[in-house]
Amino acid sequence: MVGWMKLTKGLIAGLLLTLLLTGCGANWGWYVVSPSTESGRSNLKFLIDGLGYTIALSICAIVISIVIGLLIALPGLAKGRAPRTMNRVYVECFRAIPILVLLLWVYYGLPVVLDIGITAFWAGVVALAISDSAFEAEIFRGGIQSISKGQIEAADSLGLSYYDKMRYVILPQAIRRILPPLGNQLVYMLKMSSLVSVIGLSELTRRANELVVTEYRPLEIYTILVLEYLILILIVSVGVRWLEKKMRADEQ
Amino acid sequence: MGNNGREPIIKIAGMGKSFGDFEALKNIHLTVHNGERVVVCGPSGSGKSTMIRCINRLEAHDAGTITVDNIELNQNTKNINAIRREVAMVFQQFNLFPHLTVVENLTLGPVRARKMNPADAEVLARKYLERVHIPEQAEKYPAQLSGGQQQRVAIARSLCMEPRIMLFDEPTSALDPEMISEVLDVMAELAEDGMTMVCVTHEMSFARKVADTMVFMDAGEIVETASPEQFFSAPESERTQMFLNQILQY
Ligand SMILES: Nc1ncnc2c1ncn2[C@@H]1O[C@H](COP(=O)(O)OP(=O)(O)O)[C@@H](O)[C@H]1O
Ligand SMILES: [Mg+2]
Repeated sequence: MVGWMKLTKGLIAGLLLTLLLTGCGANWGWYVVSPSTESGRSNLKFLIDGLGYTIALSICAIVISIVIGLLIALPGLAKGRAPRTMNRVYVECFRAIPILVLLLWVYYGLPVVLDIGITAFWAGVVALAISDSAFEAEIFRGGIQSISKGQIEAADSLGLSYYDKMRYVILPQAIRRILPPLGNQLVYMLKMSSLVSVIGLSELTRRANELVVTEYRPLEIYTILVLEYLILILIVSVGVRWLEKKMRADEQ
Repeated sequence: MGNNGREPIIKIAGMGKSFGDFEALKNIHLTVHNGERVVVCGPSGSGKSTMIRCINRLEAHDAGTITVDNIELNQNTKNINAIRREVAMVFQQFNLFPHLTVVENLTLGPVRARKMNPADAEVLARKYLERVHIPEQAEKYPAQLSGGQQQRVAIARSLCMEPRIMLFDEPTSALDPEMISEVLDVMAELAEDGMTMVCVTHEMSFARKVADTMVFMDAGEIVETASPEQFFSAPESERTQMFLNQILQY
């Protein structure tokens, strides 16, 4: 934990130092995003405003993917062959499709199949959520399977329904084991949300691309983009770790 | 056997259970009457656990019949649930819910399975904690209790379901020796209050004191069913004799 904090602090310090040192060199043109000029400020604001979509997209996708992931994980734990097969087919299929491919299909293909309109935002949410749910189904299945058989038997002999057994006995215990890999998945999702730029959603990456086209300063603009993702993901990591610690403390 | 006039509440007839090719139980016949205390013993692997786990369907038997309070135990989930409402089980490993406090462990069943309101359930929980002599541990987590205390909480959790029958599967086998008697005392008190009990245990002094009926199992079969007086002084079967010699040696 301490080592990890040191490492990230070191990383950020190193990155900032590099920027400072090289930023003064002839090859850099920080004016393009400089807070001290009018145009620099408006460019910077334009870039940072993408955060809203990136965050909204990731949160919607992770929430939906958790629900789907759980619904897919449960049949994977059943005794019968049919539900287990259904679980395997879903997981194997959606794990095999690259996110970008799924995204293109959902945005350009799904509206034709279903005869509906879909915005870039919702196409992104659907593609990320489905792709992610396959991984999460596996995370949930592993977490639930790690709960001892005795817990299930105790719940059964109390006469708890399947729902109550999951809700009050199994999941609260499994969540402690699920949370760390789920945190990783959230970080992964945040990163993958950059792919949605290709269908035109005005999130962080798309805005950086657009600005590069008009300003011709890819080095500075993409450096800002790197920093945006880095900071966002570090915040999420710290949040997840805090949550893990709190849960462990609750267990006393 | 002292069942004069008491009704049969558990009827097991010709019951069998296999795990794959392995026949864990063969042709089991056992009748337990209302208020009767049955102690089951036998060597490890003889099928004691499997037999009592079949009574509340933690294992599904695959031959013969099991009837509890005139409800037949079969695929029908309605019947299974009805039987589980009458039958409580205490496990060797306690199986308390580690993420819940003692009182939450006790109220979960009544509130969720019996739809009792939480305030009433808590009153019930405290009553039964009193009964197992640990009212002061209500707010603790299971991990903060000794083994003996945990098993008594598990017994209280079962009692909160107000069952007609209690099944015990080697309830003291996982305990340090100095904690065994506190659990057996609680069980003996339950027996005195007239609870119907089926108890797998090798605590023979407990069996002598409490049992109405002794059952000896070996290799998946019930070898002998007898009153404790007869069982301990003049067992019919040679296998019973040998087993008793072994465990009563010291
Ligand atoms: N789930 C299971 N799968 C396969 N074999 C089992 C299972 N449960 C019990 N057995 C076998 O059934 C036999 C009886 O087991 P058990 O009822 O636990 O015996 P006991 O409680 O008398 O020690 C043992 O040989 C055991 O290995
Ligand atoms: Mg056993």
